[in-house]
Amino acid sequence: MRKELLAVIEKNARIGLKDLAIMLGVDEIDIANELAALEKEGIICGYLTLIDWEKTSIEKVTALIEVRVTPQKGEGFDKIAERIYNYPEVRDVFLISGGYDLLVTIEEKTLREISNFVSDKLSTLDSVLSTATHFILKRYKDHGTILSNKDEDEREIISP
Amino acid sequence: MTKKLSEKILNIKPSGIRKFFDIVNEIEGVISLGVGEPDFDTPWHIRDEGIYALEKGRTFYTSNSGLKELRYEISNYIKRTQGINYNPEQEIIVTIGGSEAIDIGFRILINDGDEIIIPQPSYVSYEPCAELAGAKPVIINLKAENEFRLKPEELINAITPRTKLLVLPFPNNPTGAVMEKEDLEKIAKIIIDNDIYVMSDEIYSELSYKDKHISIASLPGMKERTILINGFSKTYAMTGWRLGYACGPEEIISQMIKIHQYAIMCAPTTSQYAAVKALRDGAEDVEMMKQAYNQRRKFLLNAFKEMNIECFEPYGAFYVFPSIKEFGMSSEEFAQRLLEEEKVAAIPGNAFGDSGEGYLRISYAYSLDNLKTAMERLKNFVAKLRREKEKINQFKKSI
Repeated sequence: MRKELLAVIEKNARIGLKDLAIMLGVDEIDIANELAALEKEGIICGYLTLIDWEKTSIEKVTALIEVRVTPQKGEGFDKIAERIYNYPEVRDVFLISGGYDLLVTIEEKTLREISNFVSDKLSTLDSVLSTATHFILKRYKDHGTILSNKDEDEREIISP
Repeated sequence: MTKKLSEKILNIKPSGIRKFFDIVNEIEGVISLGVGEPDFDTPWHIRDEGIYALEKGRTFYTSNSGLKELRYEISNYIKRTQGINYNPEQEIIVTIGGSEAIDIGFRILINDGDEIIIPQPSYVSYEPCAELAGAKPVIINLKAENEFRLKPEELINAITPRTKLLVLPFPNNPTGAVMEKEDLEKIAKIIIDNDIYVMSDEIYSELSYKDKHISIASLPGMKERTILINGFSKTYAMTGWRLGYACGPEEIISQMIKIHQYAIMCAPTTSQYAAVKALRDGAEDVEMMKQAYNQRRKFLLNAFKEMNIECFEPYGAFYVFPSIKEFGMSSEEFAQRLLEEEKVAAIPGNAFGDSGEGYLRISYAYSLDNLKTAMERLKNFVAKLRREKEKINQFKKSI
């Protein structure tokens, strides 16, 4: 059940307990217990809403920042990653293989705020060797969801 | 013109679905539960393969019986899923959907006046295609109390000395019924005893929610008398690609190729290349779609239960077939009022044969949100009908 439950709510976190129970063919209480267990085990880390901010009047700028760092003795990359992810404006931090070490995404209201973050906070950290900032110009697909206009059902209304 | 068109064609009645379709198109804001095709798009890697075939200029005819690569993949697939060996060189033909295979399969078997046994409710094409082939359709009216399975005694009663062929449409459109191994074994025995052929239409084979689908052709003594029909439409959400196939003994398939070669030439080449990809790498997509269908199936069954509407549990395809007999009106009347008053389109069961009277075909090839809204509307409608009935009963009592 766990695998199917995760697959369903990964796509739609808003399906209620009752519907989940019906769809998976188990009791509501089992779904509730399983969700609680998944949360406790840290497998479910949160329930988010996927928003296409471009369709609102609210200004948002997102940047991907490649960061090269010197790993620290005994700590590897974890210490410096922690220093970075503790900034509330940082959305994601990934350790990456290849030409640089950490990929940091950050969301702010303006370009200036992002450049301030990079120059004042990120670059000044001791272990940070260099950064390269890429601004997101357009979001086509996010979290597996295509953000352009919703597809209409083009099937004939009735077919054999 | 003074010369009359073909009597044979003029005598064939138009599809009940078509009739309903014309009404639906005039009404706005309709939520449809009426389609018989997947709501998923063809998985991207399969579409991509079609695009690639076009880019590479693969725009020629294939051999009449279909692309060799594809016939080998079909052969592997049937071996893998049913354990039956079909020689891809002589025993498989690629057709324009399962529908073409049904049509030409009938035509190569029938001499004028031969009988084809057709269990109903079932897909709308069997009966007219049988008539076109010059056969006399003999209908078996399947029963809800048997979960719309074909029962041995029903078959025995339908067999005459002129019986040539039994159509076996499971998993079934429109009922969602399936035949399990024990059911098939009993049928197979009768078939062999009476020396008749079987056309097993297994287009929904991958959409079996209880046990894995079993083909009657896999039973002893059945391969040599069975035309197994399947296709890509339902399994891989490829309806518009128009691609199906038939497997059977060489003497049957070679005759089918004859008609196919004169009438069709070959199935669309682009689709055939895409289908090779589907059979090689599509299993995961099928599993994903099947899981989604199964969740919706359970959702609908529960919704009917809550509405107190009688509905047997279907284990196949993507339809449920609830009974509307308690409301005392015909399927068509019910479907039309549901459409006009609540703007939900579902297909009256009698479109699939007289034994579908009193039922409604509801498709769950729709998103869960869509189904939810539709069930809300249906609930209102049912409540209204029950109130009406109550009023009439009270009125009757008072006089």
